[in-house]
Amino acid sequence: MSNELEFLSHRVATGKLSRRDFLGRAAALGVTAAFANTLLGSAARAAGPQKGGTLKAGMQGGESTNSLDPASWQSQVPYKFGRQWGEQLVQMSPDGEVKPCLAEEWHASDDAKVWTFKIRKGVQFHNGKEMTPDDVLATMERHSDENSKSGALGIMGGIDKIKVDGQNVVFTLKDPNADLPYLLDDYHLMIQPNGGKDNPVAGIGTGPYKVAVNEPGVRHVGEKFANYWRDDRGFADSIEIIVINDATARTSALQGGQVDMINRVEPKIVDLIKRVPGVTIQNVAGKGHYVFIAHCNTAPFDNNDLRLALKYALDRDEMVQKILHGYGSVGNDTPINKAYPLFAEIEQRKFDPEKAAFHYKKSGHSGSVLLRTSDVAFPGAIDAAQLYQQSAAKAGITIEVKREPGDGYWSEVWNKQPFSASYWGGRPTQDQMYSTAYYSKADWNDTRFFREDFDKMLFQARAELDKDKRVALYKSMGEMVRDEGGVITPMFNDFIDATGPKVGGWFADGNQEMMGGYALSKCWVQA
Amino acid sequence: MASLLKLVAQRIALGLLLLLAVSVLIFVGTQILPGDVAQSILGQSATPQALANLREQLGLNDPAYVRYFHWLWGMLHGDMGTALSNGQDIATSLSGRLKNTLFLAFWAAIVSVPLAIILGLIAVRHKNGFVDKLISGLTLASISLPEFFIGYLLIYFVAVQMQWFPSVSTVYDSMSFLERMKAIALPAATLTLVVLAHMMRMTRAAILNVMQSAYIETAELKGLTPFEIIRRHAFPNAIAPIVNVVMLNLAYLVVGVVVVEVIFVYPGMGQYLVDHVAKRDVPVVQACGLIFAAVYIGLNIIADITAIVSNPRLRHPK
Repeated sequence: MSNELEFLSHRVATGKLSRRDFLGRAAALGVTAAFANTLLGSAARAAGPQKGGTLKAGMQGGESTNSLDPASWQSQVPYKFGRQWGEQLVQMSPDGEVKPCLAEEWHASDDAKVWTFKIRKGVQFHNGKEMTPDDVLATMERHSDENSKSGALGIMGGIDKIKVDGQNVVFTLKDPNADLPYLLDDYHLMIQPNGGKDNPVAGIGTGPYKVAVNEPGVRHVGEKFANYWRDDRGFADSIEIIVINDATARTSALQGGQVDMINRVEPKIVDLIKRVPGVTIQNVAGKGHYVFIAHCNTAPFDNNDLRLALKYALDRDEMVQKILHGYGSVGNDTPINKAYPLFAEIEQRKFDPEKAAFHYKKSGHSGSVLLRTSDVAFPGAIDAAQLYQQSAAKAGITIEVKREPGDGYWSEVWNKQPFSASYWGGRPTQDQMYSTAYYSKADWNDTRFFREDFDKMLFQARAELDKDKRVALYKSMGEMVRDEGGVITPMFNDFIDATGPKVGGWFADGNQEMMGGYALSKCWVQA
Repeated sequence: MASLLKLVAQRIALGLLLLLAVSVLIFVGTQILPGDVAQSILGQSATPQALANLREQLGLNDPAYVRYFHWLWGMLHGDMGTALSNGQDIATSLSGRLKNTLFLAFWAAIVSVPLAIILGLIAVRHKNGFVDKLISGLTLASISLPEFFIGYLLIYFVAVQMQWFPSVSTVYDSMSFLERMKAIALPAATLTLVVLAHMMRMTRAAILNVMQSAYIETAELKGLTPFEIIRRHAFPNAIAPIVNVVMLNLAYLVVGVVVVEVIFVYPGMGQYLVDHVAKRDVPVVQACGLIFAAVYIGLNIIADITAIVSNPRLRHPK
């Protein structure tokens, strides 16, 4: 970097030169706009966070039906807003480790059945009350109540008893679970005063921003909480989420400068957006994946040879290129990729029409296979089904594609019909992913994968505190699902967000879109 | 005069009856939507236990007719109930949305109605000439483009390229009047372009129709200027069909703008209704449906009454 450029970018970062002037002078020095923006970004990071201003995000995934009650959260906007005003006991770091948040530290008994979390002192709720272990206990109780409608009910089901012991909260589990801290990162488990039992929709938590405006489906505004306990986030004076469900409206709001960041940039327009001056595409590999699911217990899919034939007949590379436009990675017929902790490489399954034809013949199936798909199954699910139809045709397998209405797809088709398209958002740990959708008794065992030997390994791995043994167990489980399961995984999708010129401090965090949900509190407004 | 009042009263009574019939239809319609409320609220992540709990809590286990009369009774008392999905009071959240919708519709109408009528009058004045063809061509072109496309064109040129007006039209209470006007500029312009042609063409046709009459010839013979003839003799006689089409378009501005609302992220009734249909939030859907129906019927009654009042033959039926 030339001295002059370095000098200029430093001046911008310290607020002595406007961004626009900088770009102009950089261009005069023969630097492309894209490179100049990168320079600016690194200079801004080096200069450190700046305080003040307003950060605005335009986000898909908000409805006028949303509520501030964490138990009710299903869609992106309330949950991402919650990340700014609420906090859990633990939080995931960008590289997928569990880090302390409202719990300072924790330890497990040797059998991984009793977990003790030491609750942080001196943390204030937005209403001025100090957060206590009793509030933690009450929160956990509210979410584990059988009558609660909490989205965390499934997680809390494995907990037998919770009690307060001085400054500690002690969880006693029904069965050993080495992953409990990961589970407590769940976004429903925001610690509220008295657990939110008095008023679940009060929107009072311990996060860096207080709820200032809450208009479901329109906008949510947070104001900086003066007594926040950490100084590594909460830089802007106020933050705002504007609900923009239409993709074109979202991108034009970013281009017009009405918002500073947006989520869910469609892969097919990424290359166009990249060319807009000042706009940066922020993509990161995540755990979310798209699937075709076949019920292992329903004819004709109860035949493993047919399932193998369908797996070999899928051209994963083509799907990543054509459906995700390269913003993703190929799947391997398991729900796990290297974004997960304790991941071990398993041989990649490739498109192989000959093997597909071989297994198809061996299965003895004749006639077509009916695949149900819909716009809502995942973005591009209709096109993906048609690509699948064509690649399967090369192996002599006829797939009949049926397009289902998006309305009612999740209640009438997914988890009901034997062969359909769907998606999974991913879970923090392998154990959670497998327990949610591959354990015999799971409600959402959407491939009807009933295997006692698999369940046994699942429990064994969950109770095991030795890391190497867990890795080995998860590898065997992965191989079993890959070779005998009903899930056909074409691809893992990247999270694609975009930021405008004002945003400083963005870094990759693959736990969720928008920097794991923390973009609004961890980024800052740069001059 | 008494017969006129009687006519008006008849119309209003008929309207109310119609509204009652519509309420039955709305209720039945919301009952036959596929899927159930509890499932839709909890989405893909619903466990059977949570589903059962929610169904119980929402009273979905009562028979349909009981729920209908319960609902109607509440409605008549201004109690729309609470939204199933987020527990908010429907009347409160709905009134905010309705206000926004009416605000947008009002300004779109303020611009489009006089504009359409004046353009119509000018077109008649220059019948079959260049100006007439230009006006017809432009307005027909704007009505032929789908409204979302007009919206995107305006966003691209006016909001992104020239940056005159914002592309996101979110409005909220703390905004000043001028900020609001700025925010709704693009959606109002889109709506104006969409409704303009219909009203303008209708004005033109209605007046041209009247222009064939003998009394227009008389007016010409007594030496009035062409525009005077239109203003004093043709327009008053063509008012009934014009009011009809204006009311239809006003109704459209209130009940049919969901696409425009989505594109410009405008917090109006349409978006509110669609969100709640997706969640099977029946009480909200019913309330919105009834309000839309009331607006539609109300505007049509106004059109009817105006037609009667402006026409002596209808005012004094034999």
